[in-house]
Order: sequence, then structure tokens, then C-alpha cells
Amino acid sequence: MGFDTAYEAISEESDSGHRWAFGTGFTDPLAGVDTSVPAGVDGPDLATYCLMLGDDALIMSHRLQQWLARAPELEEETALANIALDLLGQARLLLTRAGTADGSQRTEDDYAFGRAEREFRNVRLAEVADADFAGLVGRLLVFSTWRLALLVRLQGSADPVLAAIAAQGVKEIAYHRDYAAQWVIRLGDGTDYSRQRMEAGLDAVAPLVAELFAPSAVEERLAGVAVNPAQLRREFDAVLAQVLAAARLDWPEAAGLAGVSGQAGRDGVHTEAMGYLVAELQTVARAMPGATW
Amino acid sequence: MVKTLDRAMLVRARQVAQSVPDPELPMLTVADLGILRDVAVTGMRVVVSLTPTYSGCPAMAEIRAEVVSRLGAAGFADVEVRTVLSPPWTSDFISPEGRRKLAETGIAPPRSRSESDGGPIPLTLSVRGPQVDCPVCGSADTVRTAAFSGTACKDLYRCRACAEPFEHVKEI
Repeated sequence: MGFDTAYEAISEESDSGHRWAFGTGFTDPLAGVDTSVPAGVDGPDLATYCLMLGDDALIMSHRLQQWLARAPELEEETALANIALDLLGQARLLLTRAGTADGSQRTEDDYAFGRAEREFRNVRLAEVADADFAGLVGRLLVFSTWRLALLVRLQGSADPVLAAIAAQGVKEIAYHRDYAAQWVIRLGDGTDYSRQRMEAGLDAVAPLVAELFAPSAVEERLAGVAVNPAQLRREFDAVLAQVLAAARLDWPEAAGLAGVSGQAGRDGVHTEAMGYLVAELQTVARAMPGATW
Repeated sequence: MVKTLDRAMLVRARQVAQSVPDPELPMLTVADLGILRDVAVTGMRVVVSLTPTYSGCPAMAEIRAEVVSRLGAAGFADVEVRTVLSPPWTSDFISPEGRRKLAETGIAPPRSRSESDGGPIPLTLSVRGPQVDCPVCGSADTVRTAAFSGTACKDLYRCRACAEPFEHVKEI
């Protein structure tokens, strides 16, 4: 900005105060926001909760980004990129909130690029790979229906930072949910073949649903700050029923995917897919620690 | 005397901050877009408060850098840019002037949002999108071609009267 060409902007003669490339020198998405922890709220618990919601967004965003250059049509690629960007923005805010809540001052990059697989707190729904586009829109419908119900309630959180992040996210996720619902209907109520693919997509996602509504110890301790996910089931079921009726699809009954000794995503216990995803996510940061661009 | 000087500096700082364009909608300034929340001057220090449009809006980084750069060029060396998250930005914050500039550039401005009643957010199952008038010929006979576009804040339409494809700033 302020230069006729990019070459002028990066030349040594140019004002070094100018930034010519997107993303340079911008590190704190909560700059200037009062991040003090409200009285009576446990900072480390709040940080863990922010990691849960932040990791859901970060890992789902990464899976969506893997669709770029793979989507069936350019318009859908644009849609998936935009949804991924919204979720990445939510993840940046939430991970940054985590580092201010526990006093560790860890940054979004410390969390995204410096943690091991077992330290990620996302639900397993976010991490699984999609077999095809129908699988993706089925998973996105489940994810955004659940997350929207959660963020709507989180707007009343006793932590004003979380409440503000949620209020921003509500509008974004509502739009994602519409997009996913419209595709589930188009494929489910389309041809025999598209219907078959959509049913397979729902079959794949169904075992990952039960985990979404199981409260963790941290969520229970943070009553008033966190949303108890068990409260979300009724709204989730009602929305899914509305979409499935329009799509003329049935929800496949499936047992919840077992964890390990009762532990699952919120405890850092993930599916096999997660290790590969984290390895890819962290490739550059691990190859060149501390690199900036 | 000092008070007058303070006032003059505030007016100047506000003028400069208001003039910063949005890099993705360069016909709009941050004031037109409604993301400039406040400009305050204390002594020689300027504090500019900005609200992101979308959580992941990549333009924020550029806008912050440009605010600091332009105020620096105007003689304000000590500038802080603060993020204000609450209340969140909505498309209703775009000024009448901003809407006029969008339409002049061929981008349909957002309509007024319907206020939420606080209940569950209803699903929109139709892919048709809201009815939007063509910014080129004014016809109401338009069709949404995609729910997303090149930036987070827009979707894509086509006019069936004049055949012109155009972008529309989404109501959020």
C-alpha cells in the first residue's frame, strides 16, 4: 500500500515502516483487549477451555485447507477457503486468550506449532479426513451445528473476552451451517448416486457425534464461564432433523467411537489421523524454529 | 492554549486515521466501513481503536500497519492500535457514504440486517440468497451464483437483466 509496485515497496530505499506483504509484523490478535482473568475464575482451567475450542477451530480449519485445489468446483473451493479462514481467525483469538488466561504468555504460534499431538484438546470430529465432498459437507454440518449452539450460549460467558470472541463467531458459523445444510440437501435429495455418497458420509461422521456432548471435568468446573456441552444436544438434534427431513435422509444410528480408558479428544487422546495432521501442520515451524516472514 | 492545541491534534489524528483505506475494498476508508471505533490523543500519544469485520479477516494486519504509517508521516510518532471485539462489527456499521461508494464501484451494498430475537438462529435452506438489486442497472432480477467470493465479506450474484456478474457485501 502506498507504493506503485511491490518492488518499490520492498526496495531498501522504501520506508521500512511500510509493510508490503500480508501477515508481516502482526502477532497479537488481542492487542489492546483487557485480558485480565475475572475474579473467581481459575486461569489454568480457562486456558484449557480456550484450547479446547481453539483446537476445534484450528484442526477443522486445517482439514478444510487440505481441500484447496481438490474441491469439485471453483465456487466450492472459495467457500471452503473462506470457512477455513473464519475458523482460523477464531482459533487465533482463542489460542491467544489461552496464553493470557494462564499467565504463561504463550502465543498462538507456541500453541499451534509447539505442542505435541497429545496436547491438542480438539474433539476427534475435527481431525478425521474426509473420504469425499459428501463426507466433508456431512462433517461440516455436524461441526457447525454443534459449534453454533455452543457459541450462542458462550456469548453469556463470565469471561468477557470469550463472550466477545463467541459473539463474533456466531455470525460466521451460522453462515457455514447454512452452506453445509444446503449441500447435504442437494446431495441427499439429488440422484441415487449422490444420495448413496451422502449416506456414506453420514455413516462416517455418526460415531463421532456422542463425544461432542460429553462434558469434560474442566467444563464442569467452569460453570458460568464454559458452556456445558450436554445442554446442546436438544438444539443439535432439532437442527439435524430439519436438514435430514429436507434431504430425505435418515440419521444412521451408530455407537460412539470408543476412547482409550474413557479418554478422548478433550483429554488429548486422538485417532490415528491426528498424528499425520499435526506433523503436516508443524512442518515449517519445526524445520525452521522461530522463522518469521 | 494547550487545550486548543490538544483539540487541533485530535482533529488532525482523526482525519488521518479516517483516511486509511481497506486493502480489500480500497474504495472504502476504515471510517466508511465502520471499523474505526475511536481515536484518542493524550499528550503526544495516539490510540486508535479498530474492530475486525470477520474473525479471520487478513486485512486487519495491513490496516493496522497503514494506520501507524500514516499517522507517523503526519508527525505522530507514538501510535498504539487497539483491537475492540465488543460489540462485534456488523454490516450495518457501513456508513451511507460507504454504501454509495460500493454501489458506484459495482458492488451491491448490504441491506439492513434483521435483528435476532435471541432465540435459536434459524436455518436458511434455500440456496437462492437474499434478493439484491443489480448495482449496475438497478434491476431486481438477479440470481446468487455463489455463497462465498474472493473475500470473507462478499458473495457472488449475476444480473439477469443486464447479464453483469457482481459481488454483494453479505449481511452479517
